[in-house]
Amino acid sequence: MSVVQPVLSVRDLRVEFVTRRGALKAIDGISFDIAKGEVLGVVGESGAGKSVTGSAVIGLIDPPGRIAGGEILLSGMRIDNLPPEEMRRIRGKRIGMIFQDPLTSLNPLYRVSEQLVETIRTHTNLSSSAARKRAIDLLADVGIPAPERRIDSYPHEFSGGMRQRVVIALALCVEPELIIADEPTTALDVSVQAQIIALLKRLGREHGTAIMLVTHDMGVIAETADRVAVMYAGRIAEIGPVRDVVQNPLHPYAKGLMGAIPSLESAADRLVQIPGSMPRLSAIPPGCPFNPRCPYVFDRCRVERPEPIQQSEHRVACHLYDQSSVRSEAVA
Amino acid sequence: MLAFTIRRALQAIGVLLAVGIIAFAMFRFAGDPVNQIVSLDTPAAEREQVRRSLGLDDPVPVQFVRYLAQSIQGDFGVSYQFRQPVSDLLAERMPATLELAICATIFSTVFGVLMGVYSGLRRDSFLTKVFQTVSLVGISLPTFLIGILLIYLFAVTLGWLPSYGRGDTVQIGWWSTGLLTVSGLKALIMPSITLGLFQMTLIMRIVRAEMMEVLRTDYIKFARARGLTTRAIHFGHALKNTLVPVITIVGLQFGSVIAFAIITETVFQWPGMGLLFVQAVQNVDIPIMAAYLMLVALIFVAINLAVDILYTVVDPRLRTTIRQPT
Amino acid sequence: MTDALQAAPTASGPTTWAGRFLDSDVWASFKRSKLTMAAAFLTLLFLAVAILAGVLAPQNPFDPAQLDLLNSRLPPIWDAEGQTPFLLGSDEQGRDIFSAILYGLRISLLVGFLGVAFSATLGIALGLVAGYLGGTVDAIIMRVADVQLTFPAILIALLVDGVVKAVLGGQLDPATTLSVLVFSIGLSFWVQYARTVRGSVMVEKNKDYIAAARLIGLPAPVIMFRHILPNVMGPVLVIATINLALAIITEATLSFLGTGMPETMPSLGTLIRIGNNYLFSGEWWIVAFPGIALALLVLAINLLGDWLRDALNPKLR
Repeated sequence: MSVVQPVLSVRDLRVEFVTRRGALKAIDGISFDIAKGEVLGVVGESGAGKSVTGSAVIGLIDPPGRIAGGEILLSGMRIDNLPPEEMRRIRGKRIGMIFQDPLTSLNPLYRVSEQLVETIRTHTNLSSSAARKRAIDLLADVGIPAPERRIDSYPHEFSGGMRQRVVIALALCVEPELIIADEPTTALDVSVQAQIIALLKRLGREHGTAIMLVTHDMGVIAETADRVAVMYAGRIAEIGPVRDVVQNPLHPYAKGLMGAIPSLESAADRLVQIPGSMPRLSAIPPGCPFNPRCPYVFDRCRVERPEPIQQSEHRVACHLYDQSSVRSEAVA
Repeated sequence: MLAFTIRRALQAIGVLLAVGIIAFAMFRFAGDPVNQIVSLDTPAAEREQVRRSLGLDDPVPVQFVRYLAQSIQGDFGVSYQFRQPVSDLLAERMPATLELAICATIFSTVFGVLMGVYSGLRRDSFLTKVFQTVSLVGISLPTFLIGILLIYLFAVTLGWLPSYGRGDTVQIGWWSTGLLTVSGLKALIMPSITLGLFQMTLIMRIVRAEMMEVLRTDYIKFARARGLTTRAIHFGHALKNTLVPVITIVGLQFGSVIAFAIITETVFQWPGMGLLFVQAVQNVDIPIMAAYLMLVALIFVAINLAVDILYTVVDPRLRTTIRQPT
Repeated sequence: MTDALQAAPTASGPTTWAGRFLDSDVWASFKRSKLTMAAAFLTLLFLAVAILAGVLAPQNPFDPAQLDLLNSRLPPIWDAEGQTPFLLGSDEQGRDIFSAILYGLRISLLVGFLGVAFSATLGIALGLVAGYLGGTVDAIIMRVADVQLTFPAILIALLVDGVVKAVLGGQLDPATTLSVLVFSIGLSFWVQYARTVRGSVMVEKNKDYIAAARLIGLPAPVIMFRHILPNVMGPVLVIATINLALAIITEATLSFLGTGMPETMPSLGTLIRIGNNYLFSGEWWIVAFPGIALALLVLAINLLGDWLRDALNPKLR
């Protein structure tokens, strides 16, 4: 569609967990792209497959989980079938990752300097003094005051927000093309969350890094992301520009999810709640996985799986928007 | 940090005092100190005189303080069996026990950590199952049976190793060492294995559990996400975190190793403090029993303190109060 | 709807005690593990032969009149020089090893069970008192426990054994020796029970039903035994099983060291001590068979203990 190649391109990705009772599909055929400098928000309830998608991209799905199909392309290069050693070289160098809890992401027994220098030297030929200098610059870049002094501290000597900045520095330390941020602010104080989000956004812009921001917090997505993918039971229900999806969601699940954002402007009297809960992986209903909770459900939803349909800038997986579907006008 | 050290030191003194009371009670009430001086057929009048000269008619607290004061100076009384000062007997035998205990600890730590790391990393391999079986047997079998089995295999049947004693020793000052002669080293092998086997299985189990625990932590996941090599992750990050509890165990168990040496020393007729203690129990030689108890308590307490200090060296989180965070 | 109605009688489950046991998770996990079943079988077998020793053994090894020096140091029966009825050979006094093992098992198990019973009673009582009364009593009991935990059980047992003998003085008859063994083993293993029970009591005593029992004026001992004790029996059972193996090992070790059962009334440990002296002259069977019996017994009980711990407390796994 465009001459510029996306940084990350996921094509029909499937991840399953092999158990004694058969394979459970954690990710069931999802596709999306992230362009250079773009922030893609991935949102959904816990268990929807957001984090698994992130782990799959960076090649850290642990057994019994495995990638069962599809392709993952990093700047056009296929990475989902690389040998472990080659994939390791990509991790940290071309794809960085930030985890939810900064308190536990850092090894408590090593100084921050040791962890930074170790990562830098794993992926570059820098001498240890050069790596240290780079590490200090990085800490300054992520907004840690007096980095020359703080660099030799241990993780427990930093506050939660500062630690998450260190984690971001670690993820960014060799200028990766893509950063996967898995709930980067969930464990932080509300006051610190905004700072971390602003930092991520600024760094992404300055370095042209593509960011995949996994969260269940629609507020964070609305504030940060350029585009958003709404996941449900291992599939993408809807994907599109963040303004459109927030203001004009198409998929009934997305409608419910957006209804759950308290908004001052719309001054709604009540928050919409979706009845029921997401199915467990072992009990995903046939057809559309959302059909038991969907207020607009009709017969086709219970038998046939909806494929993504392009609707202006959105892509939505719902039979309501299928031209051949009888009842489409009823809601649209 | 300072408060921590002081609290620990006070606890240590408390333990030593408690053990001192028990030792004193044994010394004074279970055994008759007069027996150290006189023989069984001494007339009662003479015994009474000895009793008075020993201060045994003083109030009990006075006697206790005197006993403690003497103990601190290394005077534990005279052995009933040997008619020699207990401190001389213990000093003579201490090198043998310490050398055995140290060798056993080195053996158990090295092999326990290796086996634990291996079985923690390769949970389903054949070798892991072998290690686990060995550890189950190691925990189930009484120490003396293992010793006898080793003697039967390597001394009686194969004739490779001596079945008893320390071999040739070299005197360095008051310390007699078996580490400098071939026969001394050969004599150390089987007793060290026998004594260390239980600790080895203990360390292996702890390292394995700890390794599996650590490998599940977020910082290991993050280390992998940073693309560090498997070796750096396993042996740099995971192992270092695993070793924190191992240091505690090795340290705290060292006292137990010395106490368990009682059994090993009896099986191998190893001329150490443990063998002396068993002979003392057999012959109801109370002064030796009381002194041994105090000595083991002292070693325990000293090691506990050392472990606490070592802990702060390995784990920076415990050092917080020293370096001021900015 | 009809399904639910039909299912109701089975869902309510069996009502008898045995029925409930057979229906429980504990029994289910027992049936799953072949190793545990083998261990249970072996333990029961040892118990049975120990109880029936008088019937099964061709000789009473404790009766000097039945021993004949002419039969000393016979090899096992499959050896060319073996003789009936000395199935597993004989020792230097003409004692039949097989009979000695059966009688020795009896002593080892007796000391083990009595030692565990004594330490459990002592530990539970002290734990209940410490946890329920708190304050100074609690502090003293738990300090003593701390100090004792510093030393291995075998050292405590040896010390108690030595001190008791010093107090009693002179040569002791086998029955007294056995009591001293039980006493010293009991004293060296009470701490774990006390700690566990105290912990549970601390949790339980703040619950509403205990407060209610206090309000209606039940005396402290009644509250402790009737209301708190049943709640801590699970962990106590696990500790007791594991400690049974430890108590048997301790007894064997004391006897091996020569401070336990005398040679006139040998336990397994004493037999191993005797046999150890003949290892070099080639009479391996005197030490081997009692050693194997002891090892199997301890292993079987340990396996049972491990299983019981996992079955009663799935969280520990």
